[in-house]
Amino acid sequence: MIYNLPFLTVVALIAIGIYAIIFKRNLIKIAVGITILESGVNLFLITLGYREGGVAPIFTNLPPGISPDQIPEKMVLPVPQALTLTSIVIGVAVLALILSFTINIYRKYGTLDAGKIRRLKE
Amino acid sequence: MKKLAFIAFVVFLFFLFYSAYEMRDFGNPPSNVRETFPDAKYKVTMDDRIIGKYNTTTGEWEYGAVEETGANNVVTSVVFDYRGYDTLGEATVLFTAIAGIMLLFGREKK
Amino acid sequence: MKNEEMNEGKMTVIVQTIAALLFPLALIFSFYVIMHGHLTPGGGFQGGAIGASAVVLLIVAYGVKHVEEKMTEGGFSVFESLGGLIFVVVAIFGLFLATSFLANFLVNEPIFGKIPGWGQAPLNSGGILPILNIAVGMKVIGGLSAVVLILALISREGEEK
Repeated sequence: MIYNLPFLTVVALIAIGIYAIIFKRNLIKIAVGITILESGVNLFLITLGYREGGVAPIFTNLPPGISPDQIPEKMVLPVPQALTLTSIVIGVAVLALILSFTINIYRKYGTLDAGKIRRLKE
Repeated sequence: MKKLAFIAFVVFLFFLFYSAYEMRDFGNPPSNVRETFPDAKYKVTMDDRIIGKYNTTTGEWEYGAVEETGANNVVTSVVFDYRGYDTLGEATVLFTAIAGIMLLFGREKK
Repeated sequence: MKNEEMNEGKMTVIVQTIAALLFPLALIFSFYVIMHGHLTPGGGFQGGAIGASAVVLLIVAYGVKHVEEKMTEGGFSVFESLGGLIFVVVAIFGLFLATSFLANFLVNEPIFGKIPGWGQAPLNSGGILPILNIAVGMKVIGGLSAVVLILALISREGEEK
């Protein structure tokens, strides 16, 4: 059980993110919650792809102990890392869009409270 | 309403912890497909197939990313070759986000 | 004097000198990470983020007004679109010269298609992967720099009001 500590870390990150998204009213705090949730998802993908004692799947400058017979057993899985790379860049783009929307909302309504900006304003 | 949200959050938390409890061991991904699917055509999993196999006697790659794409970095060959469509879509997402920000805050040309 | 400088978003002359020294080094490191994306850890996205951080360093040190005179967000946007165009054009070349869209038509060819053996790391390997890395690097440098520049401009205008 204690050996599965990375999965518990993923659970903690996702729980903190969901908590911030559901129970916080400030839009900036909701954006921070979305980012934490996304970090949890990225950590989950990387954790799924880890293989015990593995090195990065790059053949340049391998550590001295790795011989061709030990490939692929001594390398971590490459596909989850590639998908995480995609996910990180998308996360940055989405976070920038969220923050610019937040700036726009603050300029129009003068507040960042999600409960107070519900009314329409001309 | 707040109480309902709290109940939903607790149920979600329970499912999270349950799935973390049921998860396979950390650092030990499956390496043999035929253990789970006996009729599988190949024995190695997708990731092991992509990492490849080097033949020391002939000095050539039997299969794998280096033989197919020529790049030493397997992650790069996955990102740009095997999953190039993903990268194209991701570039589109980046472009769309920046176009949205430009639309919100862009100024007219002087 | 000091208060006026703070109002314009500038930092002291020490920070400005160090930033001017580090800006070309950061760009060189970004180009290195992009060009060696098929050999070492890194690639277009990471190198592009490093290059964008060089622009952010300039914005932090010199203030957004000064940086905006040299490089506009329209220029960054054109740079980004150029990267996307290179990506799609190379992908369509794969459609015509080889089997499918995004096919690696340069691998096993004379110049760029060298296949490295065990322990080798030639720069001219990888086929179209270095070209796609450069395209994505241009895209990320332009995109992130434009986003940071616009957000800095917006917050500066908000403070002046």
